[in-house]
Amino acid sequence: MEHPFLFLNKLFELTGLGEFAHHYPHVIYSWLIILFLIVVVKLTVRGLKMIPVGGQNFFEVLVGGIEDFQISIMGEHGRPYFPLVATLMIYILAMNWIGLIPGMFAPTANINTPLACALVVFILTHVIGIKEHGFKYIKHFLGPVWWLAPLILIIELISHVSRVLSLTFRLFGNILGEELVVAILLVLAGFFLAPLPMMILGIFTSFVQAFIFSLLTMMYLAGSLEESH
Amino acid sequence: MSKRVFVSTVFSILCMLGLSSIALAADAAVGAAGMGFFAAVVTAAGFGMGIAAFGTGIGQGMAVKGAVEGTARNPEASGKITVNMLIGLAMIESLGIYALVVALILIYAYPMATPIAKAIGLPVE
Repeated sequence: MEHPFLFLNKLFELTGLGEFAHHYPHVIYSWLIILFLIVVVKLTVRGLKMIPVGGQNFFEVLVGGIEDFQISIMGEHGRPYFPLVATLMIYILAMNWIGLIPGMFAPTANINTPLACALVVFILTHVIGIKEHGFKYIKHFLGPVWWLAPLILIIELISHVSRVLSLTFRLFGNILGEELVVAILLVLAGFFLAPLPMMILGIFTSFVQAFIFSLLTMMYLAGSLEESH
Repeated sequence: MSKRVFVSTVFSILCMLGLSSIALAADAAVGAAGMGFFAAVVTAAGFGMGIAAFGTGIGQGMAVKGAVEGTARNPEASGKITVNMLIGLAMIESLGIYALVVALILIYAYPMATPIAKAIGLPVE
């Protein structure tokens, strides 16, 4: 399953780093997304006005919307973790959507990118739990009654590890599946523009997957911040 | 033919293909084992994804049913109901996606094929 033509790979081949670009296209396109997001935001932030116009308006709606949604899910004490959640959502959304452009590769279509994001969320939930509760964080894993504690501990540990797997595979499987379907439809009936309906559906499912990833992040963080039963 | 008989027929054909390959000579052994293995892999991937799609379809249908009934009872709450429905649909979809990932791993990245072939004595490198 080779990706036939990628713009940045051609660019890298011109500068002699073709082998690196061939093996790690997801890294290169992540760099592109990061550069794009930083440039767009820097251009927007340059002339902040009290009454927003244009790009500032769009970003205020976006960031304000995510913040309101997060506060409704996590409560007020979740506010310090808003930058992480919003960054994850916008970054994953940009990564998913760039795969729809012909000649570009979605970094989330390689398993390493969603795995990295899921590991960040997983480690952060435990760090936040320990920071908030100290050593009493272990009570989250022990369940309501003391005589069920060993069983509940094993179940909770397995469910925590499965959170990483489920976050990774949900995002990776959706985006890779959409790319595969587009590629197969292209091979079968490309002349009749057969992949177009799938790409339109892909716009919607990419947005939903980024939204679900950040929603689950919020819920896991809220779960580790709250008091254990 | 009943489902039990059909499934056992397919299974015995696959076993025959798999076992008969070991009895052949060296080159043909690898080739026939490879073909038998490939046939088994493709069958498993196809059936696995089909069964997963079946379960996912029923689950998502029930989610949409609940959402549409809720909206019919209370059209003003349709925004919140739709958001919750989409969240539930994405959760259920992910179960079908797990099966898709297993099918893709089987077809494209069969990780244990070479170690097991070496263990049962096929002449692979």
